[in-house]
Order: sequence, then structure tokens, then C-alpha cells
Amino acid sequence: MSYSTSEMMTVAAARRLRNGAVCFVGIGLPSKAANLARLTSSPDVVLIYESGPIGAKPSVLPLSIGDGELAETADTVVPTGEIFRYWLQGGRIDVGFLGAAQVDRFGNINTTVVGDYHAPKTRLPGAGGAPEIAGSAKQVLIILKQSPRAFVDKLDFITSVGHGEGGDSRKRLGLPGEGPVGIITDLCIMEPEAGTHEFVVTSIHPGVTREQIVAATGWAIRFADDVQVTAEPSETELAALRDLEARTAAAHGQSAGEA
Amino acid sequence: MAAILSLHDAVKQFVHDGDSVALEGFTHLIPTAAGHEIIRQGKRDLTLVRMTPDLIYDQLIGAGCARKLIFSWGGNPGVGSLHRLRDAVEKQWPHAIEIEEHSHADLANAYVAGASGLPFAVLRAYAGSDLPKVNPLIKSVTCPFTGEVLAAVPSVRPDVTVIHAQKADRKGNVLLWGILGVQKEAALAAKRCIVTVEEIVDDLQAPMNACVLPTWALSAVCLVPGGAHPSYAHGYYERDNRFYQAWDPIARNRESFTAWIDTYIRGTTDFTEFKRKLEAAQ
Repeated sequence: MSYSTSEMMTVAAARRLRNGAVCFVGIGLPSKAANLARLTSSPDVVLIYESGPIGAKPSVLPLSIGDGELAETADTVVPTGEIFRYWLQGGRIDVGFLGAAQVDRFGNINTTVVGDYHAPKTRLPGAGGAPEIAGSAKQVLIILKQSPRAFVDKLDFITSVGHGEGGDSRKRLGLPGEGPVGIITDLCIMEPEAGTHEFVVTSIHPGVTREQIVAATGWAIRFADDVQVTAEPSETELAALRDLEARTAAAHGQSAGEA
Repeated sequence: MAAILSLHDAVKQFVHDGDSVALEGFTHLIPTAAGHEIIRQGKRDLTLVRMTPDLIYDQLIGAGCARKLIFSWGGNPGVGSLHRLRDAVEKQWPHAIEIEEHSHADLANAYVAGASGLPFAVLRAYAGSDLPKVNPLIKSVTCPFTGEVLAAVPSVRPDVTVIHAQKADRKGNVLLWGILGVQKEAALAAKRCIVTVEEIVDDLQAPMNACVLPTWALSAVCLVPGGAHPSYAHGYYERDNRFYQAWDPIARNRESFTAWIDTYIRGTTDFTEFKRKLEAAQ
């Protein structure tokens, strides 16, 4: 079965969510991958959305973070303040699943501005829930398409911290969570190197070359000593993803989007 | 006791130039009709507060109602940017707007603190983020028991909060359900609170522990069916996804935006006429 690079990315990200994990899900690509995980390898994954649904099991992907479908299929719906106070800050989230506009080599995320904050070239939507998800979730996964504009040498703004300046800098910040453990792109999977906490390529998607990855990264990307080839999406995974996308398009009159 | 008023009269009576105003709604029950009425009445110099400013804030900002925006995520969900917000921030059109930016956890806690009558909220947040560098109101406080350094942020206490809900009874008690966002906290944090509702009924028939805002905690209740369009009202109507998409090209340039506001908001007397005009154009 042939598949697109976007499908490979979503499938690779979905595989990272272990069954039973409590996952705080961002809208867009994270939501797509998390729901694919729920429909395939991890039926008991618990999806929490910042608008209030806990244990959401949507049959179609939400367009917004607070779609009615999320509330209707949830185990319970709590106020947004409670989501951040009891469930996230309270230490009950295993995995924070985030998207980003830009990311750097230490997994720090920018969703605020491109250019100077006070005279921005591009004003982005802002922080949302990400800074505290990045801080308090036990682990963080980041999913975004790889390009030199997105994978930058230096962020104009750190909205949500990953491994800070690398080394033990996250530890010195005193954050409860371990921080980002994987960046999943349409080309590869990156994981933090022991010690430096710099993200290096640990798995390359089938058919992708190292040159492509280098060209799509704004810093001098390094490769782990033992680089794997990502397993191709199975027929089951692809069928589940395509069904989900088709149901979503039929329900909303549009795709769920990736922003 | 909340007065049962027309939306026109409620906005006239309770929203003043220069006020801080929170029109809250977390993608559900967004008080669009009330935002339109604020534009219609030409309110000025407002400090707008909202965790998730979307289309109605784009309209208020583009129409020149806002002096300042306090927020944590601004966008058109599932579509992209708020072009009027960006034009105001990036190019000062129609005039400069001051930005005070937080995270969701921060603002959610700040509303809780406001509703609790506290001057500030305390939370574990922002370590390693650049947001405190650009928002001097994000400070820290040391726990007197453990020594842990935590974030301290001022509570949100709007002059006026406006929310939309499903039902009110004839006394003005309000019931809402589904995704609640921070509406209850925002309502209780404010000096005055206007609630627009889908219907007014004899008996709310609220389940025990339901989210009910008692009439004596509110200023005004206004019957505005459909008043959350293009967002949704759980149990009443669905989100109008096509309107969110249609908004993108309208808001993308100043001329098409101004023409839309002049036609649909300033060119209509109330939300009922707005709806009729919008339907006729589709």
C-alpha cells in the first residue's frame, strides 16, 4: 500500500503512545495522531483536551479544541481551570502531545512570534496550554513537518521550554516533567542524545535520505550512531487513518487541518 | 437580581467606554451577538480579556473598539490567523493595540483568583519560557512552607463579563452545560455580568451539581437565540465551520473587512436582523 509522508508522520507519532497512557492532546496533528493511536495500537489511551473533556473518544477529528464531539464522547467534562489545576499541574498527565510553529535542537518551542516580539514579522497565535504542558507532563512528544523554517538554529521566542540550553539546563529549571522525548516529522524521528539533550535523528522514514533531512533542518543536524529505518505504515494503520480522515471530512465539510 | 433586558439595553447600561470586558467562551457558547452589539454601539478604548480570542475579537479589534488585549491564544481555530488582530499588532491598524500575553494555565488560574476575591494567582508555570520577559506582570512568589519558587500573576477582575448560555428561567437564573471553559469563573470574577441565552423557560430543570449561575450574581439576562453563532450551543445548534472558513478572506484585507462590518453589523439594528441578512446572502 503506498502512503504519503504526512501519513507516515502521523502513524509514527501514534505508535509512540503506549496503551493506557494519559495524554494531554493539542489540536491539529497531535489530535490526529493521538486518535489514530486510540483506534489502533492503544485503545485504552486516555485523551484529555484543554477545553475540559477527559477521556474523549471522538469518531471524527475536532476542528477546534472544544468541539461538541469531544464533550459527548468524554468520560467527564470539567471546567478548563480544573484541567490545568488538578489534572496537569496535579501531575496526572503521562504524555503531553504538542505541535509547534518552530522548534530548535533542544526541543524548545516557539508559537508566539517570528521576529522581534514588540515589532513582529509574523504574529503567531501564542502560548495556549503549551508552556505548562511542556513543564508538567511527565513526557512530551512534538509532531510537526520538517523544514528549515520550522527547525531553526535559534528561536526568536521560547514559548514552551524543552531542554533549554541543553545539558542539565532543564533540570536546573526545576520542572517536574522529563521534557520532550521525541520529535516526529514527515522525514524522521529525533530523540534527545544522552547528556547533551540535543535532538539527533534516531529513525529515518523509508525512502528518505540523510541529505533531505540535513536540507530540511536549520541547524547542523546530527545522526545517532545506530539509526533505524522506521517501519512502514501497516495496512491496518493506513486504513484506520484514512477512515478517520474521511469521516472527519464528511462531518465537517473540510479536513481537520494541521494547524 | 439580574434584569431581563434586550441585548441593546444591557450593553448600553453595563458596558462603558474604557471598561475591561471579558467575552468568554472556549470554542463553545461564544457570545458573538453581544460582541456585535458592542460594535454597533461604538464602544471605545476597551481592554478585551479572553483566553482564546477568535472571530468576535477580530471583529471588535478591527472595528476599533479595543485599546488593549489580554489573552493566551489568538487564532481562527482549524483555519489560521486572526488577520485583524495581526494587522493591529503588526501595522497598528486601525490603531495601535497593547498586548498583554499569558498562557492558558495562567489566565485560567487568574480567573479563579478573580472569582475568589484574591489579588493574584499562584501556579507552577513559565520556567524556561520567554513570556515573563515580555510580560512584566508575570512575577514569582516563594512558597513560605517549601521554598519552591512559583509563578504569581494578577487575578482577572473584569468590569464586565459577557457569556452565552443555553437557558435562563424567568427570574434570571442561568444554566449552561457542555464545554464550560472559564465562563463560571469569569462571570463571578467580574463587577457586572451579562448573559445571553438561547431560551427563557419556566423551570430550568437543572440536574443536581449542574453549572447554574444564580440570578443574584448576574446583572442582566438577554434572550438571544443563536447568539453564539458561528460557535455552537450544545443541544441547540452545531458549530458553523463554513463561517470560520469564510471569515478568513473577509478579514484578510481592510476594505473587505470594513465593508462586512458596515453591512452586517453597523447596517443592522440587532442580531435578528443580522441573522436574516446573513442568511439572505448565503
